[in-house]
Amino acid sequence: MSKKKSAEEYHKTFAFHFFRWLKGEKDPYLGNVEMQPQKEYVTDSELLLRQEKEHDAILDKVYDMEHNVELKLFHRLYQVTSILFCLFLMALLFVTISYLPATGAVEKPVNNEVAARYIESGLTETGAVNIVAGMILDYRAFDTLGESHVLFVATITVLIMLRLDKNKKGEPNPLTKEMAPNDRIYEPKNDTILQLVATFLVPIIIIFGIYIILNGHLGPGGGFSGGAVIGAGLILYLNAFGFQKTERFFTEKTYKWICFFSLSFYCLAKSYSFFTGANHLHSIIPKGTPGAILSGGLILPLNIAVGLVVACTMYAFYAMFRKGGF
Amino acid sequence: MGPNLLLNYGEAVAAILFCIGFTNLLLQTNLIKKIIGLNIMDSAIYFFLAQKGYIAGRTAPIVTDGVTSVEAYINPIPSGLVLTGIVVSVSVTALMLSLTIRLYIRYHSLDLDEIAAQLKREGR
Amino acid sequence: MTAFQMILMGLLIICAISVSFSRNLLNSVLIYMSFSLVMSLLWICLESPDLAITEAAVGAGITSVLFFVTLKKIHAINVAGKEQEKDPSAKEALRKQETGE
Repeated sequence: MSKKKSAEEYHKTFAFHFFRWLKGEKDPYLGNVEMQPQKEYVTDSELLLRQEKEHDAILDKVYDMEHNVELKLFHRLYQVTSILFCLFLMALLFVTISYLPATGAVEKPVNNEVAARYIESGLTETGAVNIVAGMILDYRAFDTLGESHVLFVATITVLIMLRLDKNKKGEPNPLTKEMAPNDRIYEPKNDTILQLVATFLVPIIIIFGIYIILNGHLGPGGGFSGGAVIGAGLILYLNAFGFQKTERFFTEKTYKWICFFSLSFYCLAKSYSFFTGANHLHSIIPKGTPGAILSGGLILPLNIAVGLVVACTMYAFYAMFRKGGF
Repeated sequence: MGPNLLLNYGEAVAAILFCIGFTNLLLQTNLIKKIIGLNIMDSAIYFFLAQKGYIAGRTAPIVTDGVTSVEAYINPIPSGLVLTGIVVSVSVTALMLSLTIRLYIRYHSLDLDEIAAQLKREGR
Repeated sequence: MTAFQMILMGLLIICAISVSFSRNLLNSVLIYMSFSLVMSLLWICLESPDLAITEAAVGAGITSVLFFVTLKKIHAINVAGKEQEKDPSAKEALRKQETGE
């Protein structure tokens, strides 16, 4: 049976003191504390403005190159230190170079049995007259596969960086307005001289690029250089005739399918090559007579695939820098 | 110092080019010049590699007249390495240039110090 | 190793140094272009014709074109050097030319 204590009695109990202390009404040192309801926080706009101004003034003083002595000193110290570091690096490299074997000498650790093997049996094993092409597209084809993918990934990243596409309502990107007027300065739209020269030069450049690609296993050249030459020809054509003409044959879809088919053909061809023993031990693809255009087994198709990827990548870089898309 | 510094002057030029590019990278505040400095460093390293593969008195590694002896050709391995490197350096350059364009759109400046000052001003 | 190669290497160093000391960004890109061309001559001297073709097409061609497009995007070609900014009449003429077209 409980009985209710009177107020005076309750004030003497421990529970009363404890809960009062817990609520913060009494501080053991200060005595009774006056409790006030919390006020709403009012932002003083003038004070805020003054604080901002002070902040800006401080920043101005800190980043004022002409008057801030410490920053100036730091910059001077940075410059001196970096020049000293580069001189030290150069001296270190000179000391290292002075101990290297002489340039043009035969007895070097670089000229080991690997290079000898490539030269001596490269012609019979790969069928390519150009030993470098046989090396990068047959012995070390994985390297080249990775590099083609590097190009592809670089294109995608540039596309992410520079793409100016329309939003969901079909309105153009606000950045387009900022970019567009500057794009045509110093570039007359229908330059007769440029168009006439391009009419003669572009076919020659592109045929030369195709020649370099197809002769990659017979002479100097190959997919990389030929693809770059074709890309340069396409860029010239674009500059002379504008985007309307190039969009007829080269759009985003073209780039996508060409890259997809080239890279997957490369993958499949080299997978077949490795599946059959990596050295064409049981491959049914003939190597042909060295020196003929249809020789070298898989090297010619691989050169074409790499050349297509490189040409499309170079053109795509340029188109994305110019227009923000294909 | 070793004995071969004067014989290896091609490599010495490569080292000088490398250091010039590195100094550009450290001291220039303009982003375009920084990228050009990086490209110069690339070229210097390719030059060094090709120098190491060169052998005096031998021809390029393209089989002529069916001669396949080691004594006839230079080392083909550095050529293959550099060939892949040159094409990769182009894609790296394109990537850096696109980043530069984005930075310019955001801050309207190419000076790295000024971009840093603007960042500080915005309180980040 | 001949005198020709030494001259080319000297040109390389001169180009690399003058890139950093040129005031105009367009000039430094052009100097880098010539650097790549000299480099492609040196590849032929080093018996690597593959590299020479690739460097001439890629280094001197496409990299420089990408630099030019970037300069155009960031309004660096526009001003045609900082000298015109000091002269108010030339600046005014340039502004008129830009807005008039």
